Amino acid sequence: MSGPPIEVNNVSKRFRLYHERNQSVKAMVMRGGRARYDEFWALDDVSFEVSQGTTFALVGENGSGKSTMLKCLARILRPDKGSLEVRGKMSALLELGAGFHPELSGRENVFLNGSILGLSKKQLESRFDEIVEFAGLERFIDMPVKNYSSGMYVRLGFSVAINVDPEVLLVDEVLAVGDEQFQRKCLERVAELRESGKTIVVVTHSLATVRNLCDEAAWLEHGVVRKVGPAGEVADAYLGEAHVDREVDEKSHGTRWGTGDVRLTGVELVDARGQVTENVHTGDAVSFRLHYEAARPIPRPVFGLGVYTAEGVQVTGPNTRQADVWVDKIEGAGTVDLRVDPLLLLPGSYIISAAVTDETISHTFDHRHRAFHFDVQPGTPHETFGGVISFNGRWAVDGRG
Amino acid sequence: MTKLQEITSRRELFVNLTLRELRGKYKRSALGWLWSLLNRLTTMLLFSFVFRYFLRVDPPVGDPSGLHFFAFFLMCGLLPFNFLSQSLTGGMASLIGNANLVKKTYFPREILVAANTASWLVSFLIELSLLAVALLFVGNVAFVWLPAILMLIVIQTMFVGGLALMLSAAAVYFRDLEHLVGIVMQAWFYTAPIVYPISYVTNQVKKDSIWWTIYNLNPLTRFVEAYRDFFYNLRWPPADQLAYIVVVSVITLIAGYLVFGRLEGRMAEEL
Repeated sequence: MSGPPIEVNNVSKRFRLYHERNQSVKAMVMRGGRARYDEFWALDDVSFEVSQGTTFALVGENGSGKSTMLKCLARILRPDKGSLEVRGKMSALLELGAGFHPELSGRENVFLNGSILGLSKKQLESRFDEIVEFAGLERFIDMPVKNYSSGMYVRLGFSVAINVDPEVLLVDEVLAVGDEQFQRKCLERVAELRESGKTIVVVTHSLATVRNLCDEAAWLEHGVVRKVGPAGEVADAYLGEAHVDREVDEKSHGTRWGTGDVRLTGVELVDARGQVTENVHTGDAVSFRLHYEAARPIPRPVFGLGVYTAEGVQVTGPNTRQADVWVDKIEGAGTVDLRVDPLLLLPGSYIISAAVTDETISHTFDHRHRAFHFDVQPGTPHETFGGVISFNGRWAVDGRG
Repeated sequence: MTKLQEITSRRELFVNLTLRELRGKYKRSALGWLWSLLNRLTTMLLFSFVFRYFLRVDPPVGDPSGLHFFAFFLMCGLLPFNFLSQSLTGGMASLIGNANLVKKTYFPREILVAANTASWLVSFLIELSLLAVALLFVGNVAFVWLPAILMLIVIQTMFVGGLALMLSAAAVYFRDLEHLVGIVMQAWFYTAPIVYPISYVTNQVKKDSIWWTIYNLNPLTRFVEAYRDFFYNLRWPPADQLAYIVVVSVITLIAGYLVFGRLEGRMAEEL
């Protein structure tokens, strides 16, 4: 084998956006020619190399082309220009359990799915017990998979895919599936592969994943490579520029419930000078400002916030009831501020839930679950060895021996 | 590794996908295979009544077998037609129905179409065997022609596979293609000598007319006649006609493979 395991040279990929939803013979005959469509370049002259044993991240916003790049590597999509080469046995975790047949049993599907991923019957037979055990489905393996829960389905899918024993592994954020225990198992397995010198490419928008799991990264924006290099540097550059115009992430525009007597209309960050900002750093003084509109007078409301990491781990969940802060009533539009000084969150993406309830917290007026998004950029204290918050502690080293 | 080598290296996947098609078709029905056989039997009985007794279609006497039996005459043409028709319909659904696989995993996509055709081939083989067994009761020992019959089946499978490759790839881009093909299949059924003997055509059109040439160029006509020669008449089909379907089938398969390769590039996006 010569050259690096993955080599991407000036790859461009064009997508067509058709004016009709579906093409048809009928439409073609009636129009008397080819379908009309617009083109756009999902990837534009992308080049990078991944060397042996590297864990490489593709980061970028939704629609930046990172998933398209991964699908090109997986040979699912064919680039229109340029060349790419993947050397060695490759396994792609794009969707777990793709190709499971609902009528067939778990056992039959393991063999079918395994052979789609390129395993021979012999290899599958020798790994079968391991696959089933890893998925934790010993008792259900002879049941048709249509009777599986979605968790079981995904577990079996992951278990088959990871047991392909690839030299090059492509992962598309599918690891964020299943229960927490299984997620941990998956991450451990990926870490094992990493330690055994396999080459891994992971598509993610979690900067924590980039920092903690990856050696190198490429940041894509609108199909163009903005930066390639060591993971930490790329993550900092990405955070510094890419996220600033994203107050509310439409994609994570989570669920919302409540009576609607009070509506939470927005959450924003306010800096020390009272200016609304989207640019906060570790160590800054900031306020989280909730905007509300009360349709009728509401006595003694309780406001609360939940702050989560992009991976869904809750960092904190303050509310006005536990802080013993009360107003007699609210009416019309107004704001509530939670002042934080200093902000001890480390750089990364965070998600906010906001809620307003009655005095007893038993009656929800409006709960906007994971509806808002903000990014923290490097500041002081400066820490780059993982984690979510800084202790802001002071070291004292006794050097006298 | 060239594409062709890659396809042949995935034989195991091909077998597994074929088994999946077969299991998917017949699992969860108490009668399983019997349903499809019952279906064939019903068609045979209905066609026999309508064409033999109401419309008075008179099948030719087998030469040299001496067999004179409409149901057998019919089945020799109907079974190869069904193989063709089901493979094309199933082939067009094979990529669209497995969109998830095409969009999320990689393997040569030709295998999906090939596995579908293979699953219909298995049904076809079983039906042909039953036909051959039934023919024993009326004294036609078609089994002695087995090697030649297998050759003919291989040739037809090439023809069917080539068409299935073309249509399946085109169906990804034109979703209403199946309707069009449905119409074409109906026309194809009646323009080949399946429910009537070919002599009925020569009675109406002159042997030197353009219509007769066109009628004879239809590969399905040649296939049906060849199957009938082996099973019904118990004789070799004319060599020139065999040569014709071999050439047509090889060309169709190569064309199917090339067309598929050309259309494959944007398949995952279009699905």
